[in-house]
Amino acid sequence: MKKNLSHKEIMAIERVKMPEQDPQQRSRNFQEVNLGLSKQQAMREAQRCLQCKSQPCVDGCPVRVRIPEFLEAIAEDNLPLAAHILLKDNTLPAVCGRVCPQEDQCEVLCVRSAKSGPVAVGHLERYVADWAMQNPDKLLKQDRPEPSGKTVAVVGSGPAGLTMAGELAHMGHQVTVFEALHETGGVLRYGIPEFRLPKNIVDAEVERLERLGVTIECNVIVGKTLTLEDLTRQFDAVFIGNGAGLPMMLNIEGENLKGVFSANEYLTRVNLMGAWRNDLPTPIIQGRRVVVIGGGNTAMDAVRTARRLGAERAIILYRRSEEEMPARVEEIKHAKEEGIEFILLAAPLEILGDDKGWVAGLRCQRMKLGEPDDSGRRRPQPIEGDTFLLEADVVVNAIGTRPNPLLTATAGNLKLSPKGNIATDENCATNIPGVFAGGDIVRGGATVILAMGDGKKAAAAIDNYLRKSS
Amino acid sequence: MFEVLENDTLAPNVQRLVVRAPRIAKARKPGQFVIVHPEKGGERIPLTIADADPEEGTITLFVQAVGASTLKITGTPPGSPLLDIAGPLGKETDIENWGRVVCVGGGVGTAVLYPQAKALADAGNEVTTIIGGRSAPFIILANELGRFSREVLITTEDGSLGRQGFVTNALQELIDDPQRCPQAIFAVGPVPMMRAICELSRPYGIKTIVSLNPIMIDGTGMCGGCRVKIAGETKFACVDGPEFDGHQVDFDLLMDRLTMYREQEARLVEDLPESLKSKITKVKR
Ligand SMILES: Cc1cc2nc3c(=O)[nH]c(=O)nc-3n(C[C@H](O)[C@H](O)[C@H](O)COP(=O)(O)OP(=O)(O)OC[C@H]3O[C@@H](n4cnc5c(N)ncnc54)[C@H](O)[C@@H]3O)c2cc1C
Ligand code: FES
Repeated sequence: MKKNLSHKEIMAIERVKMPEQDPQQRSRNFQEVNLGLSKQQAMREAQRCLQCKSQPCVDGCPVRVRIPEFLEAIAEDNLPLAAHILLKDNTLPAVCGRVCPQEDQCEVLCVRSAKSGPVAVGHLERYVADWAMQNPDKLLKQDRPEPSGKTVAVVGSGPAGLTMAGELAHMGHQVTVFEALHETGGVLRYGIPEFRLPKNIVDAEVERLERLGVTIECNVIVGKTLTLEDLTRQFDAVFIGNGAGLPMMLNIEGENLKGVFSANEYLTRVNLMGAWRNDLPTPIIQGRRVVVIGGGNTAMDAVRTARRLGAERAIILYRRSEEEMPARVEEIKHAKEEGIEFILLAAPLEILGDDKGWVAGLRCQRMKLGEPDDSGRRRPQPIEGDTFLLEADVVVNAIGTRPNPLLTATAGNLKLSPKGNIATDENCATNIPGVFAGGDIVRGGATVILAMGDGKKAAAAIDNYLRKSS
Repeated sequence: MFEVLENDTLAPNVQRLVVRAPRIAKARKPGQFVIVHPEKGGERIPLTIADADPEEGTITLFVQAVGASTLKITGTPPGSPLLDIAGPLGKETDIENWGRVVCVGGGVGTAVLYPQAKALADAGNEVTTIIGGRSAPFIILANELGRFSREVLITTEDGSLGRQGFVTNALQELIDDPQRCPQAIFAVGPVPMMRAICELSRPYGIKTIVSLNPIMIDGTGMCGGCRVKIAGETKFACVDGPEFDGHQVDFDLLMDRLTMYREQEARLVEDLPESLKSKITKVKR
């Protein structure tokens, strides 16, 4: 059907708009915000792809999904083929289609960007992945690899570990994933909320890996239950993808008052432990006025969660301006639509409490932007004497995380960076032969797709290592 | 899944559970704990590992039902599983040869104390044990602790066993006696008890180690919910503790943070059937 369209007709198609739940309504429930494209919408959007030879979008994708090819299959109404192409390069497409910053990766490089907006690759990725999930019987058979007889241990079941496991399983290696928590998924499970990434999606992606023969063992904390040495002894190779799970503290007065949370705790209570549901026992403090400190995805997730838990006012407090916010554009837009307030160019000086030990508010410092720092963003500087008070009964600290030392502290001679991240070469190899690492533990807090990119790269390196050592 | 092999009653509403957990049994050191997630959708509950048998692949837990989730654990019969157990977590007890040590246990804290006391005795310390409780049925492990203690002193609030009074009375007596005055004290029990012990020992400059029990979720340093203040600095009890120098602990903060979800917890207990409510012990925090 695509063949019937002239270039002019293709150019005339406008970029699809993702159907969304009404902002008023959704700011009070935990159902997914984005509703997904219809078949017509998806086919029409896929037709917008010009199938250009240079394929700049593929270069923008950390796992190099063959984007034009799967878009063409959608346009031709061949979803089994589209799914086949997508799943070959991306182990977690239903996740990526929801949380990847496509606007900075594939889409930003799309030749159609300048005039009518890039092809909505992310939305289409989600469309195909969801179709694949609902139609497992229609998927093209993937070749079962010859078992290699080699075993690999993976530490952590976040996107890095899961991608790694999927890739290696496809290559015929026997993979065991060790996860510290009682559920899989890492940040996908405990950090990113239901309304952005429904947990049945994570379940389905993990089940698909298990069907590939990957073994997953929860409740194993490497560094405590087993040591890295145990793993190197029992397995032919090890991949460490244990994330950056250690919250940075604000180090200001009042941080330990009741009602002050790290974003990790706040989101873990709500997501992993299900505190948003009435039928589960884990409690959460439902603030009336919630202030979230930070400007990243985590801050947006926390503040939008607070709103859904019933906050009358849910406020972002960020020390730079909107332009420097690391959060995805879509999250900021959605937050605004949901009535989230933004107090920009301001930082907390002190958290104030009442006489019962509960948080009552914050004393804040107004900031201005100075010279760029090493991250290239303009450095915030205090405006002397310009402070103000902000009332709050819940405060969430979302300023970032650092590498958790639980594993590395017991890993003897494993080489670390000065910040405590695991040091690796360009193939994700650490200084210990046969031990590889990737994702946030190497990069610091980054993104799902970069963690997956590492998983994929490390899988190739491990495959190479295993074949050489046999 | 972690099968419960034994579950018997030690004191009113305190159960002793032996659970199959081979990896934890092998790795565990005195002073460490596990996090138990008894069933899908349940809470994650930190519990000290009282004992472990690496050969049998089992760990022993002493559990007091203090709310709906702990009640679920104590109510798991032999042959049935607990869904998730993660550990061993936290730092091990810093076992040194101090010379003379006093171990003080209050209520179910006595069970937490047991492995420490044993390890201290094994390391050549002369151990005197003080056990306190509301009344006679709440005094646990006196015989077991007696096996390696030079003396076991028992205090009950109502005088139904040992002498009437508090563990602090017994400790004061030991401190006042130059032959029995300890070089170090290990105290585990309700927060007010641990605090009272620390207040008592502080003027004498006797090193006092306490085991803290803040609210936890992951137990791996990921959430920071378990934070406590030690010598003015914020620490995560699950990874930096659970044992700390009692003279440096901000007990006010600990007690206050333990009350954070009091209303929600009360509501959960409220929803339990009448027959189960009596199985829950109200703890002083
Ligand atoms: C709230 C929030 C929202 C985010 N939103 C986005 C977004 O929209 N888009 C995006 O691209 N990125 C987002 N990110 C970032 C992204 O989630 C991370 O970069 C990514 O998850 C890192 O993957 P990982 O596999 O390295 O680690 P993680 O996802 O952190 O997974 C690590 C896993 O290892 C386990 N583990 C840790 N220590 C041990 C141990 N010792 N033994 C065994 N297991 C262990 C952990 O429990 C965890 O399950 C967000 C992050 C947060 C916190
Ligand atoms: S329990 Fe989460 S950091 Fe200690």
